[in-house]
Amino acid sequence: MSALPPSPAAPLEALLRRHGHDPSALLQILIEAQDIDGWLPAPTLTQIAAAIKLPRARVEGVAGFYSFLYDRPVGRYRVLFSDNITDRMLGNRALMDALCRKLWVEPDKVSEDGLVSIATTSCTGLCDQGPALLVNGRAIGQLNHRRINEIAELIRQQRPLEQWPTEYFQIDDNIRRRDALLQLDMLPGAALAAAVARGREGWLAEMQASNLRGRGGAGFATAVKWASARNATEVRKVVVCNADEGEPGTFKDRVLLNTCADLVFEGMTLAAWAVGADSGFLYLRGEYRYLRPQLEAVLARRRAAGLLGKGILGEAGFDFDIAIHLGAGAYVCGEETALLESLEGKRGTPRIRPPFPVTHGYLGRPTVVNNVETLAKTCLIALEGGTAFAATGTAQSAGTKLLSISGDCAAPGIYEYPFGVSIARILEDCGASDTQAVQVGGAAGICLAAYEFQRRIAYEDVPTAGAFMIFDGSRDLFEVARAFVHFFAHESCGFCTPCRVGTALLKGFMDKLNDGHGAKADLADIDWLDRLLKNASHCGLGSAAPNPVIDTLQKFRPAYERRLVSLDFEPAFDLDAALAEARQLTARDDPGAHLQTHEEDGR
Amino acid sequence: MKQFLLDGQPVPFEDGQSILEAARQAGHYIPSLCWHKDFPAHGSCKLCIVKAAGRHVSACATPAKEGWEVESATPEMNGERRALLQMLFVEGNHFCPSCEKSGNCELQALGYEYEMLTSRFRHFYPDRPVDASHPDVLLDFNRCIFCELCVRASRDVDGKAVFALTGRGINKHLVVNAESGRLGDTDFSKNDLAARICPVGVILHKGPGFAVPIGERTYDGQTIREQKLKEES
Ligand SMILES: Cc1cc2nc3c(=O)[nH]c(=O)nc-3n(C[C@H](O)[C@H](O)[C@H](O)COP(=O)(O)O)c2cc1C
Ligand code: SF4
Ligand code: SF4
Ligand code: FES
Repeated sequence: MSALPPSPAAPLEALLRRHGHDPSALLQILIEAQDIDGWLPAPTLTQIAAAIKLPRARVEGVAGFYSFLYDRPVGRYRVLFSDNITDRMLGNRALMDALCRKLWVEPDKVSEDGLVSIATTSCTGLCDQGPALLVNGRAIGQLNHRRINEIAELIRQQRPLEQWPTEYFQIDDNIRRRDALLQLDMLPGAALAAAVARGREGWLAEMQASNLRGRGGAGFATAVKWASARNATEVRKVVVCNADEGEPGTFKDRVLLNTCADLVFEGMTLAAWAVGADSGFLYLRGEYRYLRPQLEAVLARRRAAGLLGKGILGEAGFDFDIAIHLGAGAYVCGEETALLESLEGKRGTPRIRPPFPVTHGYLGRPTVVNNVETLAKTCLIALEGGTAFAATGTAQSAGTKLLSISGDCAAPGIYEYPFGVSIARILEDCGASDTQAVQVGGAAGICLAAYEFQRRIAYEDVPTAGAFMIFDGSRDLFEVARAFVHFFAHESCGFCTPCRVGTALLKGFMDKLNDGHGAKADLADIDWLDRLLKNASHCGLGSAAPNPVIDTLQKFRPAYERRLVSLDFEPAFDLDAALAEARQLTARDDPGAHLQTHEEDGR
Repeated sequence: MKQFLLDGQPVPFEDGQSILEAARQAGHYIPSLCWHKDFPAHGSCKLCIVKAAGRHVSACATPAKEGWEVESATPEMNGERRALLQMLFVEGNHFCPSCEKSGNCELQALGYEYEMLTSRFRHFYPDRPVDASHPDVLLDFNRCIFCELCVRASRDVDGKAVFALTGRGINKHLVVNAESGRLGDTDFSKNDLAARICPVGVILHKGPGFAVPIGERTYDGQTIREQKLKEES
């Protein structure tokens, strides 16, 4: 149990009032309500439901969906170790075990005094400075045993986070290569002024000429999306910036938001000018909550400068403002229709399409959803014109791409390249050697083996949302694939049968192989599951979930075959392991309590 | 009238009609679990999966298109449906011989229809306690397939919102609208539509069990294919 005394209802009432008792603010209300006690006790959910006039079960359903909302007590210090494969390669598990030992707590449990709880979480976007953790929502990178010792001591002394050494919370940008976007030094409002001077139609024409395609993964033509939203009949339109950045290994949106938030917000405003939107949202992943205060400050400055609000740049009828909404630990909310559900305060379940967001998005309004980087790039187009932008990159991939580089290399960080750059060139620039494989595009992306390093980053060759994880000759690609399969199983929203059950089954098969119980028949079943997930899933999460397995099975098959006991079939059930709970309950660990030794004794 | 081809046979449709609706109206069976004629498509079970113009889509949630060639009763699609059924069986705890819904259960009937002879995958054996707190109705969560028909019926027809889903992924589960988590503490009534709509054996009426003996139940004398086509064409 948490040692906190029951808190008065007053702060809860105040925050409900602040949100105008608006049911579509439910997720934001839950996130803030949790700040009161550190978790969400059942009576709190009941009170919230009554106040915003939603059925209680609905509120419970939303609270139960997000990883960062808790329906039972957590420690006053809640430590979450980032568990991307890159964190694992840097030894996060050993560090977590060490912290658990020092603080006398088991993973996923709360210490008896309610002081601390320790667990893992999906990639927190600090792969270039891992291993990383979140403590009460604040990020700490570059963990090592010394830092873990210090953290254990600070927690034991119950020191408030404000008194922890500030360098702990120092997050580096690690920008290693700048091109068009990262070199841009723009006065806030300059791009907007250029676009307003062209008129709404003229600005959209520039966008069309630019051939800009979405940087969030799918590569959809941005101007086409904007034009569809502009042409939709409903007048109240919405622009959403997708800053969910949940793809393991991706962190370029974090750096853009940290170093050039003005470009991102200006891009949103440029989109609003093109489509005629009056409201905007930045959907910020919960892992980046620590960026919120500085982002709010940028928004306030832009309002004061007449770049947001009513009559932007003195243009009658150009009214637009931006609100920040937080996510709460759900990768699927990066999928644009799940994101819209989440923005409406619901469970992040992807919608049926059609209708598409450009006609029926946030609260049924025409909505443009764009990635952080896509929006920032529109500033370049406004300043320099569409044709100039289209002239860079490759035929089908105009402009540059930000890559988030991590893993086995000398200089991890952010690299901006014109599209068309080869994998080999990138590996050389970041100081990678003895490279066995590169995972491009994150867990959902593609795993390239050495014979493919002449391929190029471009929509027409190797498309990517930006992740670039490097594995040298010492790494086991089966472990990489298994980590990604665990990720997808954890992040499946559970809506559709193939993904809900299929990712859990796939995880079971990978674990079975890992535990040394694999047989040839399992590889056939894995193939089958891969195909079903690809074909039958409701959204891109399920259809991408088998990618890491498909690629590594094809390119690194020995990593799997090594793990097979050479039988056609082998049960996953391990009788001795099944007795573990009984051993724990009876506090026995002597040879007689173990199956194999016991049998041998009997013989 | 516009038409598309379903396994080579022409099927007429009206604008906005889904592949599944148009097919059933024309007397062709495409299986379903989460779809119900009185509600908008849900699109979650994926039993209705078909290949339209070479792409896998949910027939219940995809508007028909003029000239489309749709594959449904092929070995490939039926194989995928069988696997989906196997997934639904191993994910819950389905002991058909002792289930009051046996013979009236759509999941079981589809298992027969698609010749599901084994469960193929490893069983999850989830721990889902039964809720017997309501005087007239018992909830056996072990059999839930998350079609949300009870959720939708209670919310949209009964006006009560007794049910909702919570959790995520394989830990997703059904909850009721009470802080205690007990159906007996909600305003649920055995006369609600939600009390009659569950396609499997979760929402069961108390009182004499097995009133209709096994052998005389809905899917004992006819297949689910025949029954559904009779209901809807
Ligand atoms: C499971 C899943 C997760 C996604 N996560 C993100 C994300 O974190 N950020 C993002 O911009 N797009 C993400 N996307 C892609 C979005 O659905 C959408 O295509 C994108 O935001 C559109 O913006 P763009 O056209 O500017 O790329 C995700 C898609 C899927 C299927
Ligand atoms: S594919 Fe996975 S994440 Fe997408 S809707 Fe289905 S269960 Fe949810
Ligand atoms: S209880 Fe029945 S109707 Fe409700 S979601 Fe589960 S299977 Fe569907
Ligand atoms: S009937 Fe179409 S997805 Fe369930």
